[in-house]
Amino acid sequence: MVRIENLTVRAGEFEITDVNFEIPEGKYGVLMGKTGCGKTTILEAVCGLKNVTGGKIFVSDRDVTNELPGRRGIGFVPQDGSLFTTKTVRKHLAFSPKVRGWKSDAIAKRVDELAAELGLTDLLDRKPHGLSGGERQRVALGRALAVKPAVLCLDEPLSALDEDTHAEMVELLKRVTAENGITVLHITHSRREAELVGDLQFRIEDGRVIGV
Amino acid sequence: MSKSDKPFLAAISSLAAIYLLLIVLMLVADAIYGFRAVPFSSDDPDKASLVKIFTDKAVINSIKLTLFSCTVSAILSLIVAVPTGYLLSRYNFPGKLLVDAILDIPIVLPPLVVGLSLLLLFNKMPPGGTSFEDMLNSLGIEITFNVAAVIIAQFSVACAFSVRTMRNTFDQISPRTEQVAQTLGCSRARAFFSVVIPESWRGISTAGTLAWTRSMGEFGPILVFAGTIPNKTEVLSSTVFLEITTGSLETAVIVSLMMVTIAVVVLVGVRMWDRKNEGGLYHG
Repeated sequence: MVRIENLTVRAGEFEITDVNFEIPEGKYGVLMGKTGCGKTTILEAVCGLKNVTGGKIFVSDRDVTNELPGRRGIGFVPQDGSLFTTKTVRKHLAFSPKVRGWKSDAIAKRVDELAAELGLTDLLDRKPHGLSGGERQRVALGRALAVKPAVLCLDEPLSALDEDTHAEMVELLKRVTAENGITVLHITHSRREAELVGDLQFRIEDGRVIGV
Repeated sequence: MSKSDKPFLAAISSLAAIYLLLIVLMLVADAIYGFRAVPFSSDDPDKASLVKIFTDKAVINSIKLTLFSCTVSAILSLIVAVPTGYLLSRYNFPGKLLVDAILDIPIVLPPLVVGLSLLLLFNKMPPGGTSFEDMLNSLGIEITFNVAAVIIAQFSVACAFSVRTMRNTFDQISPRTEQVAQTLGCSRARAFFSVVIPESWRGISTAGTLAWTRSMGEFGPILVFAGTIPNKTEVLSSTVFLEITTGSLETAVIVSLMMVTIAVVVLVGVRMWDRKNEGGLYHG
């Protein structure tokens, strides 16, 4: 579950005030808005990458407003994937478990599990510059899911994909998030995309979030 | 290429060729003059020869000190430039513009002024009392006109170039990857070491090479702050200066050619090593 209460956050020149919305446990929420309306800023605030000037953020009923990004139980998939250019796919999937001190056999097991789930098994020893757009997004997704976070935040994850890959990725996102019972906050500018993937839809209009 | 693009390509190629030719011709002039004037060996004790130059104790010590001091100042430059470049690239703080401008001073200052300023800093400061040099001397450390002065003089200028290079490197790496690493459980420090440093490896190697070669070419600050004492503070750039002042142009040219060779070997060596470590689509 993700709950945002009276959130105020500064986005460059303007401020987004009084943001309120809730995505119940295991639901797929989509936040829509035009380019530049501040939706990425809200997502960054939820992930702990942007300081908030007011309000609270709850993950699974825990107040995480002042928690470090890595302690919020949130997996983040940025717009372009933002893969680590020097690391292989295997190292991406193993990154978070390793940082959190998992034992090496547990890491290896989780990497194999994720690779099978996301169709990355044949790509494990490849580096990002040898991957297609869809493959990169799958790696970014796997990296975010590795330690089984309660919430997944997706920043326009489908915007750079061609039509066929887009359809595949939609199916994959729906399947993987449903199988893992994960709560999702997905932001997009596309209403079609929101209708394709979302259980719940919200829209930012004039600096305010309204339910659809 | 379309026909209309040809004049444009010809124009830019010609301008590049003029500069390229100037560099190559300078080196050719050195080589022709040097190898015509200096035989491999000579029985005449007053005539310079390659054997005599490269077995001369002062020249050998000068080569050794050059390799040592350049390596130390390049390492020191990286130790300072990597964090400074990162700070300037990722954080905003009051007075950042001023800090940025101050960091460029060693690049724009005439080299002799850098040396003079170092000399005054160590020997005339704090004013009216015991100088820093005196304080260090009482601890058994000597700076001015010693090897330490050579390294400080080289570092003062070389580090500014490294800082610039590292800042540009970090500017080109999206902060998003570090932010992702933080959401994955890294502290800012761990994200820096496990994500940013590997991604900026190429920039680090360029900054290090630049600092090394720049240090080898440094002369003005060394002359003023460390002197050109044979077998003590003489580096290859001072050897060239000493040989010119004593009228031994041919020896100066041979030593210059050796400096060019060392610089080229270092530059090519580092580029090749970089390419090898870049790897292909796999591994890492």
